[in-house]
Amino acid sequence: MATIVEPTIFELSAPGRRGVTMPASDVPETALPPQDLLRSELPLPELAEVDVVRHYMRLSKFNYNVDAGFYPLGSCTMKYNPKINEDTCRLPGFLYTHPLQPIETVQGNLVLMYEMQEWLKEISGFAGVTLQPAAGAQGEFSGVLMMRAYHKMRGDEKRIKMLIPDAAHGTNPASVGMLGMSVVTIPSDERGNVDLKALSAACDDTVVGMMLTNPNTLGMFDEHVEKVIELVHGCGGLMYGDGANLNALLGIVRPGDLGFDVMHFNLHKTFSVPHGGGGPGCGPVGVGPKLVDFLPAPLVGIIEEESEDVPPLYGFVTPKHSIGRMKAFHGHFGGGLVRAYTYIAMHGPDGLKDIAQYAVLNANYLQARLRDTYHIPFDRICMHEFVMEGQFEGSPIRALDISKRLMDYNFHPPTNYFPLIVHEALMIEPTETENKDTLDRFVEALIKIAEEAKTQPELLQNAPNDTLFGRMDEVKAARELVLCCWLPEDYEKIK
Amino acid sequence: MTYIPISPHERDEMLKTVGVQTLDDLFEAIPQKHRFPELNLPPALSEMEAADLLGEMASSNENVREHMISFLGAGAYNHYIPSVIDHMLRRGEFYTAYTPYQPEISQGTLQAIFEFQALMSALTGMEVSNASHYDGATATAEALNLAYAQFRGKRKKVVLSPAVNPQYREVIRTYSQGLGVENVGDSASDSALSPEALLPLIDESTMLVVLQFPDFFGRIYDYTKIIEAAHAQGALVCVVANPTALIMLKTPGAMGADMVVGEAQPFGIPLWYGGPYLGFFTTKKSYVHKMAGRLVGETIDSRGQRSYVLTLTAREQHIKRERASSNICTNQGLLALACSIYMSALGQNGLRQVANLCYQKAHYAANELNKLAGFKVHFTEAFFHEFTLECPKPAHEVNQYLLENGIFGGYDLGQNYTALKNHLLIAVTEMNSKADIDALVAALKEM
Repeated sequence: MATIVEPTIFELSAPGRRGVTMPASDVPETALPPQDLLRSELPLPELAEVDVVRHYMRLSKFNYNVDAGFYPLGSCTMKYNPKINEDTCRLPGFLYTHPLQPIETVQGNLVLMYEMQEWLKEISGFAGVTLQPAAGAQGEFSGVLMMRAYHKMRGDEKRIKMLIPDAAHGTNPASVGMLGMSVVTIPSDERGNVDLKALSAACDDTVVGMMLTNPNTLGMFDEHVEKVIELVHGCGGLMYGDGANLNALLGIVRPGDLGFDVMHFNLHKTFSVPHGGGGPGCGPVGVGPKLVDFLPAPLVGIIEEESEDVPPLYGFVTPKHSIGRMKAFHGHFGGGLVRAYTYIAMHGPDGLKDIAQYAVLNANYLQARLRDTYHIPFDRICMHEFVMEGQFEGSPIRALDISKRLMDYNFHPPTNYFPLIVHEALMIEPTETENKDTLDRFVEALIKIAEEAKTQPELLQNAPNDTLFGRMDEVKAARELVLCCWLPEDYEKIK
Repeated sequence: MTYIPISPHERDEMLKTVGVQTLDDLFEAIPQKHRFPELNLPPALSEMEAADLLGEMASSNENVREHMISFLGAGAYNHYIPSVIDHMLRRGEFYTAYTPYQPEISQGTLQAIFEFQALMSALTGMEVSNASHYDGATATAEALNLAYAQFRGKRKKVVLSPAVNPQYREVIRTYSQGLGVENVGDSASDSALSPEALLPLIDESTMLVVLQFPDFFGRIYDYTKIIEAAHAQGALVCVVANPTALIMLKTPGAMGADMVVGEAQPFGIPLWYGGPYLGFFTTKKSYVHKMAGRLVGETIDSRGQRSYVLTLTAREQHIKRERASSNICTNQGLLALACSIYMSALGQNGLRQVANLCYQKAHYAANELNKLAGFKVHFTEAFFHEFTLECPKPAHEVNQYLLENGIFGGYDLGQNYTALKNHLLIAVTEMNSKADIDALVAALKEM
């Protein structure tokens, strides 16, 4: 029998306990629907409010988080989440507006959305932006749908292949798979760029386009990006930019200027929307002139121009060849757009450039200090992140062991085993919101761990040692598949 | 305002370590022609100025707590949110954590999701739940992906009830446009048809039947027979359900549904002008390998302690890439937590009170409106907290009149159903007092 650190909410339940109660009804009573339409039991917990608070407080203490410490999770951009954003997104005027209200009554929301579209266009160099997609992966899916619709509209139906570099995020091929297209993997060259020879060979009239993350997941800005785009455009394909790494490009270069046709933004990475333990995200998409008519509907537009004393009226518009609706209503307005809007408004053009510059400085500083201890397979000036190998010659230690040992030093581990093209990859993204002292402590911990790997490898293999929980038996979880602490036949026992 | 904690002196030291002179030197890989564009954006604001600006934008809206009486529903509902929820959500331990890829230091998030899965399974009467989807509409579209995978693309027909939320049906069509799927059943203009009207469409090529409970018009049906008929043809059935209604009503799980999905915004998530909300997805254990989304399973750690991990990750995009069951990565973690706290803080008793108040107030409103000359509750079937009101003139005119009287009247069904252009979909929750309802009735009486 396993030791229980914190009971589940069901185990904490006791019959007859009362939590938050609602007022008595103020209307005459109506009979309930016929018995056969009603449920007979409601097997949900019964707790007092204090039980609930203590439970979730205890759970919260089991989590590592950005407010508590350094979280260099590569590709995830775990930057500090400004507290003011938490206040602005909870203003009553945002919290309590219904998505189907008449547009005249929500002009504040619509102005915010309109300006957000305009700002994202300006930051990225695109001609149009939709705010609708719920997260990066949904933004990608929207982008691929638009690419497909573009070719289809032109009667170019034989295009079924998407070119994707071997270093790409898994969401890229998965988005393509959802549309029944095929994926052609393009290798990287020895400097971490797209292999131009392999790309040329793959470019033909069956290509939908290419999905390129730039900077790529090695943290390298592709030195031939314009040539890559030229090759893809040359065969009639469209160029998709995975905006997961946009943090490195703010005020540095605009993907639209480079020739990208479409790109998603991760407002929860680049623009400080918190990750929430796995969401909600927010994944607007920007497009160049070729794709503006295909954007998901609706967009926010000016539907009555301003005149003398009357401000413009903002409302919803549908692009001519829209691929349709990606989700219900208008996107992740409150928790996503309001926070990101606050963040951009407080940075302005110079502040945004600072973000990218310091994110890149911090990554290069770590890379420079770790270079002598860890092997860095693609070693040149990196952008916002870099990848090193978590292995040592003649040692059984793996990237996973190093990651787990870092927890003992009170750091969140880097992303491990990604990108797939680096053995025992440790992908490190410090972001711009870490100071030099933190970075130095992180370097010292990694250097110490490299020593431990030689002298006391078991210390790493058993790590984490000083955390509340040890390594998990993931095989047991997948084999026994206990996904629920409540099953109908168990309810009697719980009661 | 900046959040960068590096002094100029430290910056120079770091640049030296890197081996470059200036920050700009770090960007030589960027094509020079496009390097360092001037961004035409408003100048930076201080925190105080930003708070003012956002405050003004927010207060220029008319909201349903401070200014307006609202009977809008149609997929987003105005419910009371107990104070305890936001106190917990504002803990940085929850909201500033990432997806729990490192379980040893993410047990708070993992156990919370595990409990969310259990709570949703209990509510819907299903065996398993995943860790959430973006919203009810995309959860429904993922049901189509599951069915498509289940039949390996060999069955191509989806029977959509016209009484499924029109926006959800749009999203299903967006999602399925590359799959060669045929979506049928909802082209009939006569939305008054009972669910039995779908029966002739269900055949051996049908992969999925999608129903809504209560349906978009608010009606409650026991779908047991239609589900049996679909199963007889080998098809799967997905029921889009409202969680508040499930507190009171027979569960779609008990009716035999293969998937019960929906929008959990009513459970502790603010209206927020449409999002972010919380899609839930529950199904039978036998479909778990085809299900999209993250899944948390119980295990033990190296010290023998009960603990939780993300499991069956082999289905997911970062392992299976183009053969993944879905591309979903980030989901609605924090809002799943809000939903769990809502269910826990209200508990059986409080939830029953919420459902009962919604039911009672909606029926009081329907009874009173039905007495007005020219107005009529359009359907005779049982309903929960939303109903269709036939009006003596076009619904948009009625709404315009009500708006001038400080009331958001209801959803104009004529936007989606040509036969219902004089019809409003009225939603009533515990937030509507008797006085609110009486004000609506009085205003319409005057009209």
